[in-house]
Amino acid sequence: MELLLVILIGLLYASGIYMMLRRSMVKLILGLILLGNGANMLIFLLGRIVKGKPPIIGSAEKMLTEIYADPVPQALILTAIVISFGLQSFAIILVKRAYKITATDDLDELNTTDEIYE
Amino acid sequence: MNNPYIVLPVLFQLFTAVLLLFFWFKVNAQRLITIICSLSSVGIAIWLFSEVYSNGILTMQAGEWKAPFGITFVADIFSSTMVLLTSIAGMAVAIFATGSIRNARLKFGFFPILNFLLMGLHGAFLTGDIFNLYVWFEIIIIASFVLITIGGEKAQIEGAIKYVTMNLLASAIFLTAIAILYGMAGSLNMADLSGQVAQIENRGLVNVVAILFLVGFGIKSAIFPLYFWLPASYHTPPPAISAIFGGLLTKVGVYALLRIFTLVFIPDEFLSNLLVVLAALTILSGGLGAILQINMRKIFSYLIVCHIGFMLAGLGIYTELAILGAIFYLIHDIVVKTNLFLISGLIFKLKGTLNIEKLGGIYKKYPFYALLMAISLFSLVGVPPLSGFWAKIFLIQGGYQEGQYTLIGFILLGSFLTLWVIAKLWSEVFWKESVDLPKKINVKYFSELVPFKQWAMLIPIIFMTIITLYIGLAAEHIIILSKQISYELMNPSVYIEAVLGTQIEMP
Repeated sequence: MELLLVILIGLLYASGIYMMLRRSMVKLILGLILLGNGANMLIFLLGRIVKGKPPIIGSAEKMLTEIYADPVPQALILTAIVISFGLQSFAIILVKRAYKITATDDLDELNTTDEIYE
Repeated sequence: MNNPYIVLPVLFQLFTAVLLLFFWFKVNAQRLITIICSLSSVGIAIWLFSEVYSNGILTMQAGEWKAPFGITFVADIFSSTMVLLTSIAGMAVAIFATGSIRNARLKFGFFPILNFLLMGLHGAFLTGDIFNLYVWFEIIIIASFVLITIGGEKAQIEGAIKYVTMNLLASAIFLTAIAILYGMAGSLNMADLSGQVAQIENRGLVNVVAILFLVGFGIKSAIFPLYFWLPASYHTPPPAISAIFGGLLTKVGVYALLRIFTLVFIPDEFLSNLLVVLAALTILSGGLGAILQINMRKIFSYLIVCHIGFMLAGLGIYTELAILGAIFYLIHDIVVKTNLFLISGLIFKLKGTLNIEKLGGIYKKYPFYALLMAISLFSLVGVPPLSGFWAKIFLIQGGYQEGQYTLIGFILLGSFLTLWVIAKLWSEVFWKESVDLPKKINVKYFSELVPFKQWAMLIPIIFMTIITLYIGLAAEHIIILSKQISYELMNPSVYIEAVLGTQIEMP
């Protein structure tokens, strides 16, 4: 399971960064989404994956004695997913707007703000 | 000790923003509410500052969950100073915006979003939990995305693409760093992490995480190889928005760097050297970039980059004296940079352009405005006794004690480049004979504004100039304050004890 996740995370990061380096705006957004998902999976992986061990303290005990699934990473991922959902929807609208105004999908054409004389 | 009232600045901004949402199309009502609420938020910030100054570090454990298990809010002297400066800069910008931003933009919710941005800033300064810091950063960037695109001009959208991409990338890197840190240390509370990280034996991995944090915050604070989005986007939105961005948004990154690298990751030799090199290159590239530009706001954008290098230099030298210099510079920079962008807004309203080759004759025609601007410009250079001077003295002294002579050279070079740029700006914009500019139809000139709007633009500039003068002329107050901050930063045990208390029972 861990090995599978490690490979998946590596793929998500690599493809995300590759997509961000492309010149198309749509691919830029796709890259950002993949990268965000990769980060979420990384939290999941590094929060130690334990199967079928809920973090519930038995009525007879005072604390957890066995290995348990840490609930914190899941709360973190949930928060991160919600946040990235909001940011990504904004980014998609922005790209659509940029396409309407500049009539190009090529990021290399969006360099007028970098020019010295304007 | 639980002091729930320390989140009051955050809650008050939230309250203001929600209140403003009810007056969506009633622009004048929004103006009135904004002015009243921004004044009150400064009052709240002063109160919080004085509480912390007299009582020491105050903490709040959300929901009474004891640290390190719950989310902690911490108001130490550094946080409360930053909250105070944020609300002062926020107030100046909000009042300036009531005069300078046109109604069409205000109807798209400028003021509520501005208050959400300020809420995010307050939250980021007050939180003591690293994941919570991430959440506040996201609130800041989503609000800033809306502000930078509001109005939807072509340049704004183009700048926003770069701004949004780099900030989202920074967030992803920050989140990655948090993931690995949680995997290593099993905690998110910054005070708790301080102890946990120190015990980790795999120092290589710790350094990797530290660098991930450096890159994440570095993109936000625009340090050397990561700053290109800043000059490409900061000059595109209306001046009031550039002012809040230039004054505060990069400084949150610097705040986070100062906090993380004094509390959680104590720099070893490799990290210190890296910070010093980055600081030197940031100063150099920002300064050289500023010389090349002819748009006033772009010049200021590059100067932001240049001066971020000074603060980074303080962190790189890593002695109490150097951190004192960095803190002093941070305080000075927030006030001055905000004011400079406000001034550029005023000049735009006076002349209809910000191209320094076309501008001219402001000294002759508006001597009073020229005086106001001169104070800010010269304190940026660091002409004694104005505010920038004192900060650099401490930085140079700190560098000298540690034998960082090359870095001192770069700091002096940065000051010299700033002087060059400001001298050029002064002779082009203020002294040169005024050129007759064709009237632009789509610009509302300063003389056409109603007196209320004229004063709404002038008062914040006068106010910020007075604060700049205060920082420079009453420097001993700021030095005492910075000294205390740098003492607390360099001795994090005070902070840790205040957050965790003495009686934590680990099972």
